[in-house]
Amino acid sequence: MKSLADLHALRDKLKSDLKLRKESGTKIIIGMGTCGIAAGAREVMAAVLDELARRHLTDVQVQQTGCIGMCDKEVLLDVLRPGEARITYGNVKPEDVSKIIANHVVNGNIVEEMVVGKIENK
Amino acid sequence: MQHIRAHVLVCGGTACKSSGSQKVRDAFARYLEEYKLQDEVMLVETGCHGFCEHGPLVIVYPEGTFYCRVTADDVKEIVEQHLYKGRIVERLLYREPLTQEQVPNYDEIGFYKKQHRIVLANCGEIDPENVGEYIAVGGYEALGKALTQMSPEQVVEEVKKSGLRGRGGGGFPTGLKWQFAKASVSDKKYVICNADEGDPGAFMDRSVLEGDPHRVLEGMAICGYAIGADEGYIYVRAEYPLAIKRLRVAIAQAEEAGLLGRNIFGSGFDFTIHIKEGAGAFVCGEETALMASIEGKRGMPRPRPPFPAVSGLWGKPTNINNVETFANVAQIINNGAEWYSRFGTEKSKGTKVFALTGKINNTGLAEVPMGITMREIIYDIGGGITNGKKFKAVQIGGPSGGCLPESMLDLPVDYDSLIAAGAMMGSGGLVVMDEDTCMVDVAKFFLTFTQSESCGKCTPCREGTKRMLEILTRITEGEGREGDIELLESLAENIKATALCGLGQSAPNPVLSTLRYFRHEYEEHIKNKRCPAGACEKMLSYIIGDDCKGCTKCARNCPVQAISGAVKQKHVIDQSKCIKCGACMAGCPFKAITKG
Repeated sequence: MKSLADLHALRDKLKSDLKLRKESGTKIIIGMGTCGIAAGAREVMAAVLDELARRHLTDVQVQQTGCIGMCDKEVLLDVLRPGEARITYGNVKPEDVSKIIANHVVNGNIVEEMVVGKIENK
Repeated sequence: MQHIRAHVLVCGGTACKSSGSQKVRDAFARYLEEYKLQDEVMLVETGCHGFCEHGPLVIVYPEGTFYCRVTADDVKEIVEQHLYKGRIVERLLYREPLTQEQVPNYDEIGFYKKQHRIVLANCGEIDPENVGEYIAVGGYEALGKALTQMSPEQVVEEVKKSGLRGRGGGGFPTGLKWQFAKASVSDKKYVICNADEGDPGAFMDRSVLEGDPHRVLEGMAICGYAIGADEGYIYVRAEYPLAIKRLRVAIAQAEEAGLLGRNIFGSGFDFTIHIKEGAGAFVCGEETALMASIEGKRGMPRPRPPFPAVSGLWGKPTNINNVETFANVAQIINNGAEWYSRFGTEKSKGTKVFALTGKINNTGLAEVPMGITMREIIYDIGGGITNGKKFKAVQIGGPSGGCLPESMLDLPVDYDSLIAAGAMMGSGGLVVMDEDTCMVDVAKFFLTFTQSESCGKCTPCREGTKRMLEILTRITEGEGREGDIELLESLAENIKATALCGLGQSAPNPVLSTLRYFRHEYEEHIKNKRCPAGACEKMLSYIIGDDCKGCTKCARNCPVQAISGAVKQKHVIDQSKCIKCGACMAGCPFKAITKG
């Protein structure tokens, strides 16, 4: 490290690694009840993590949740952008993940044909 | 590269390690692999969170879930339920002692709510063995700012304006100390970090060194720049192996990154830091004894002046500050003196870290703004007294400090109020005592400590504390004489006035403060040969009450045949034979025996 500018450059690079402990940006929530796991939630989760890594979306949080009762529509995947409605997608397959992330998570365009539920932001 | 979706922070402070956090960490590594989560969940070992009573602690992000008293056997459940399926393991959450309510999140726990963390901001939040995490949260920014945008004068001025005072106990204004060292003209100067934390029950400095070592290194380097020193020493006791290990890692990483060493940030400023391990003598926390020890001499104080700022280590101008003092510096430079001086009282600025120990529910480490009351620390943060007992006194400031009674609980905690009350800030150890504690015994405990740690160089400390201890010992053994209290007082005043260094000058404080607030307990010991708290074993007598059914069990348990009585008749203890072992009381099925 030769200068203060070097320190800042390094800091900005490293900061994203710790974002998880400080801020919350967009959240992707995957149904991980027994029904979800049986329907392939782990594979969907893996696809989500791969896609996020490929796109360097370090500020997106991935969380899990339990069964919400729509077991026949599992795998359920919710996208919650700050200040927007929580959108639930149903019957998500690993191959759908990149479409959801590209359209909704990155660009804010809901993938209407897959939506099974919506909770308005209070 | 995988997207990391969760961080598991396992506390690796000394307290959590001794309650088994290493096994917890190993179990996490094993189960994360078993569930194939090792690439998406990051496992981090952090420094102390301060909530040692409830350790080993584990925090899971992004949720910020706070798990307490986690054992290796719990780990499988956390991995399977929380990390795999996203369900919080409720049985491991913290429960507020008063409401029994479960609190899932770190920042909502009563223990943390009243705290304001400046020094401990990163402790428990970052990996202390990874300089990258320190940089990511803004580390070394202050050093960069000082070196490239400020003159040494401006740095000294900023620290002066902040109102920061020495956190080692004395409370001398830090900026002024720096100014003296800066004003000394010399080809060589030194910066020393005093990490010889020796007060019984104090572990603030250790936790900072273990949890955020770079913060201390950064503070020392800024000081070096301000006073014109290019070399620093950290004097840390060898009993702190984890702190030493993390310091070594931190120094190596900082040197590697060019944050210590030659020409830092291209400014032409050089600074290197060495570690000197002390052998754990209490007197080596005194600055002149500490420097003698670094020089390889016997750790004994010398008269001042000359002060270290004029003639210190190897006769060169030296600035010595405590760990916590240095840990405040980077934040002052980053945020400005004005920001810092917003916290605290008029004459005591900023925050202070306290180590809570004794009969208190939440043993641990708490950082609070100066001026908070003792009551808030003990009840709101500390969770009150254990086992629903009554509060009796709090000992503050270690062996140099004093005991404050309940009537002083609303005293604001700052340097000057504590001195006026007969105690002192000290390094920040708080020992809470309940109604079962005998204050004469407490004074004896602390004096025993200073007596055995006295280096012996000056007579008042060597001989005076010895005589005081003899008097206290005979008082607690029921041999106290008329006039002992006055004798203690006159010895204490003489030692205070004539001892060579801080150790001796402050050694009588525990006696004086207990005499000030609990004089009746001394009198009771001397005049009535009775210990009101029932703690001084030699003065106790065991008495069989009317609940006695004459079962003869106590008579059979007594090792010296001091108990007599017929079957189904009330028994009696012969006090002249009784050796106060307590076997009768422990064995009585009717709880008919009391001591007092």
